[in-house]
Amino acid sequence: MAEKPRIKLPKEAAKGEIIQIKTLVSHVMESGQRKDAQGKPIPRKIINGFTCELNGKPVFACTLEPAISANPYIQFNARIEEAGTFKFAWTDDDGSVITAEEKIALKA
Amino acid sequence: MTAINRRQAFALGGGFVALTMMPMAAHAQVSNDAAQSIAKFTGGKEPTKGRIALDLPEIAENGNTVPLVLNVESPMTADSYVKEVMIVADGNPNSGVATLMFTPLSGKAEASIRIRLAATQNVIAIARMSDGSLFTERKTVKVTIGGCGG
Repeated sequence: MAEKPRIKLPKEAAKGEIIQIKTLVSHVMESGQRKDAQGKPIPRKIINGFTCELNGKPVFACTLEPAISANPYIQFNARIEEAGTFKFAWTDDDGSVITAEEKIALKA
Repeated sequence: MTAINRRQAFALGGGFVALTMMPMAAHAQVSNDAAQSIAKFTGGKEPTKGRIALDLPEIAENGNTVPLVLNVESPMTADSYVKEVMIVADGNPNSGVATLMFTPLSGKAEASIRIRLAATQNVIAIARMSDGSLFTERKTVKVTIGGCGG
C-alpha cells in the first residue's frame, strides 16, 4: 500500500547526545470531512498513531487526529545512551501497521 | 439586458452565500468540543500558562499544512520530564489534533508536526509533567484558505 517511510537520523552519536529524528510517511490522511463528486462523505482513513522505540524502550509516541496533514511529518528527538536499533511504527485506521527500523552506533 | 441580469443574479447569489456562511462560521466556533477534550485531559485542573513554546505561523496561507513546532521547558530526566502534550484546535470540525508522548529518552520535549486548520482559530497545547503539573499555551492562526475538505 504505502511506500517506504522516509527517516532521517545520524548514523552514530556520542553517548548522551541528543539527536534529531525526522520521519515522513506517505498517506492520504483522509479526514472524513470531505465529500466526493456525488456528495457522499469520503470515509475517514488516517494514520492514528505513531511510536518510536530504541532497543524496546519507548522514546516518543503520539496519537494523531484528522487534523494532521497528508503525508504526516513527525520530528522529535532522542537521547542516545547505547547503540542499538530504532523501531518505528505507524498505525492505520484499517489496523495495518507500517514499520521501519534504523540502526544507530556509538561514536568511538 | 441579459448581462445586467446575470450580474444581478451573481450579486444576489454572493450575498446569499455570505449570509448563509456567517452563521455557520460562528457556529463552528462553539460547536467544537475543544473545551470538553481539554477538561478531560486536565481532569478539571486549571493548567498554568507558560513553559511551552508553541511556534505556528501568524498567518497560514494554506490551512492544509500548517507547520507546528512545540517545545516544552523541562530537564527531561527520569525524575522530571514532560509526559504528554495534547494539542487541540478550537475551530476545526473536530478539536483533536495530536497528543505527543515523551519519555526521558526523548532527550528534549520538542516535536514538529504539520496540521490542518479549517479556519482562523486558536491552537492550544496542554502539557502534563511527570509530577502531574499542567502547563498551557495558545496561539491564534489566521487561515486564508481552509484545510478541511469542503
